[in-house]
Parts: sequence; C-alpha cells; structure tokens
Amino acid sequence: MNRFLFPLVAFIVLVIFLGIGLNLKPREVPSPLIDKPAPAFRVPQLYEEVKTIAPEEMRGKVWLLNVWASWCVTCREEHPLLVELARQNLVPIYGLNYKDKREDAIAWLAERGNPYVVTAHDLSGNVGIDYGVYGVPETFVIDKLGIIRYKQIGPVTPEALRDKIIPLVKELNGAK
Amino acid sequence: MQNKLFLSLLLALILPLAHAGEAVPTVDDVVLEKRVMAVSGELRCLVCQNQTIADSHAELAVDLRNQVREKLRQGMSEQEIKDYMVARYGDFVLYRPLMKRGTWLLWFGPFLLLVLAFGVLIVKLRQRRKAIQQAPVLSADEHARAESLLSGTDKVARP
Repeated sequence: MNRFLFPLVAFIVLVIFLGIGLNLKPREVPSPLIDKPAPAFRVPQLYEEVKTIAPEEMRGKVWLLNVWASWCVTCREEHPLLVELARQNLVPIYGLNYKDKREDAIAWLAERGNPYVVTAHDLSGNVGIDYGVYGVPETFVIDKLGIIRYKQIGPVTPEALRDKIIPLVKELNGAK
Repeated sequence: MQNKLFLSLLLALILPLAHAGEAVPTVDDVVLEKRVMAVSGELRCLVCQNQTIADSHAELAVDLRNQVREKLRQGMSEQEIKDYMVARYGDFVLYRPLMKRGTWLLWFGPFLLLVLAFGVLIVKLRQRRKAIQQAPVLSADEHARAESLLSGTDKVARP
C-alpha cells in the first residue's frame, strides 16, 4: 500500500504543477506602468501630418489608447470590436499607429473603418518603447488624471471588454 | 585580433543589408559597440523571451539595441539604462533575475530541494540502521534450526 502511495502522490503533485504551468501566460508580462502617469509624447497625427497629438490633451476624460499597425495580423481580429465600441460612444478611443507607413495605415483604416478619435503616428516606435509595448496590439485604459489603469496585452476580446474594460471605464467615469 | 577586425568589417557590410530602409546605426565605434552588446546581453527580449536583446533578431530587439546605443552615447551608465528598461518593461526585462523577496524561491528553491532530499535520505538511513540493530537475536536452538532449514536436512519441522 505504502509502496504505491508515494509515487502516486508524487505523480499527482507533478500533474498539478504542470497543469498550473500550462495555464500561465508567459506572454503577458505585467506592466510596471499600471497606476503610473501615462508617458508624455508629442507626435504627428496620422491624417494631418502638420498637427500633433499629446496625451495631456485628453486630461479630464477617460480614454483608451490602442496600439496598432497595418502589418499586425492580430489587429485585424480585434478591429471590428473597436469599431463597434466606438459606435456605442462609451469611451473615446485614440490610436497609436506603431512603426507603420502612413499610407498603409490610412488605407487599412479606409478598408476596415476608423474607430479612433485621433490616431498618433509613431513611425520610429519610440512612443511604443516608452509605453513598454512589446507586442501589437496593446490597449491602455487611461483615467481623467492621465494615469494608466489597465493594459490589455494582445487583442481586445469580447470577454475583456465585458469583464474588464467597460466596467473599469464606467467606474472611472463615475469617480470625479 | 585581425580575425575580429575582419568580422566587424563583415558585420558592418552585412548590417545595412539586413535593415535596408531603416536608419542604419553606424558601427564605426568598436568600443561603444562592445558596450552596447554587453548591456544588451543583460536585457531580455520580450518578444522571444528566452533570448537577450543582444541575441534576438526581433524588430523590437533591434530598436532596443539602438536605444541602448543612443543612451550610452548620451553618457548614461549601464545601471541607468537597465533602470530605464525596467521602468518600461518591468523586472522581467532583466535577464538575470533580481534578488528580492519575490524571487527568493527562484534563487534558493533548488538548494531547498537539495537540503530536503538529504534530510529524507538521512532519516531513511537511520531508520534502516535501527531496524538492523533491533533485529531479534536468535537463540542457539533457533540457530541450529535455521541452519538445518537452509541446508535442507531439516527433520524437526516435518510432521
């Protein structure tokens, strides 16, 4: 009895550990920027090169910053959701077009719809580095004081919208 | 030395090809380049997580190497550059995990297991020695019987 008990227990413990390991998401590295002020930047707008955009202009409202690129395949997956979210008028979405050619980005939005109030054009990717972007798409929820409150790594999913992003936006809008 | 020079020349020739169309970092300063690689070797590429940004060919790794080069040119120390990266990407960006409360298990876990295994081994050995020592001593009669049993000439036990 005892002879079989120990290997059995050891096996079960091993299975539990492996199971936990399988369910971890090593791709999702927690951002140190949560609850920190959104890094400042000033870059040209996508549609009007001569105009710039900076995060401090959004002070006083809750907004989303969606990092995307026309070369990013997963962005195609999440885009319809963003278009739908923009239609619902729940929260303004600003785009950060990351390391992309201007004409490619504009063509991409023309084809798929433009959910963004304004899109910032980060050609060099330096804004992305300041925001700790390492895989496009990424989406930040930023509050009225310009503090990053949440970061979605990878595409925005219907579950993430329903369970995290929309409740958080409502909560942040409720708080004065 | 000559080999190295040849290699860096070769690299200087190949690099612009690999990143055609981008701002090509000048590889003129060998000393600087060495420091760039040294610092990059301490930083994890978050795209391909088991590589450093010195080893990785991911676009982000190239960008971050350029950042490291720029910061070194500006006179930032290696520690300052690491802090800069940690502020953006978190502790995970350090290829060598920090020694702090959250990573104690990571650093000392294997040794803990080793000590535990030794403990179990010692306890088991002691138990065995005790069992041997406590084995009942045979009387002269029992001894004789055991011997006859073993030699197959046992007459006593047979009915």
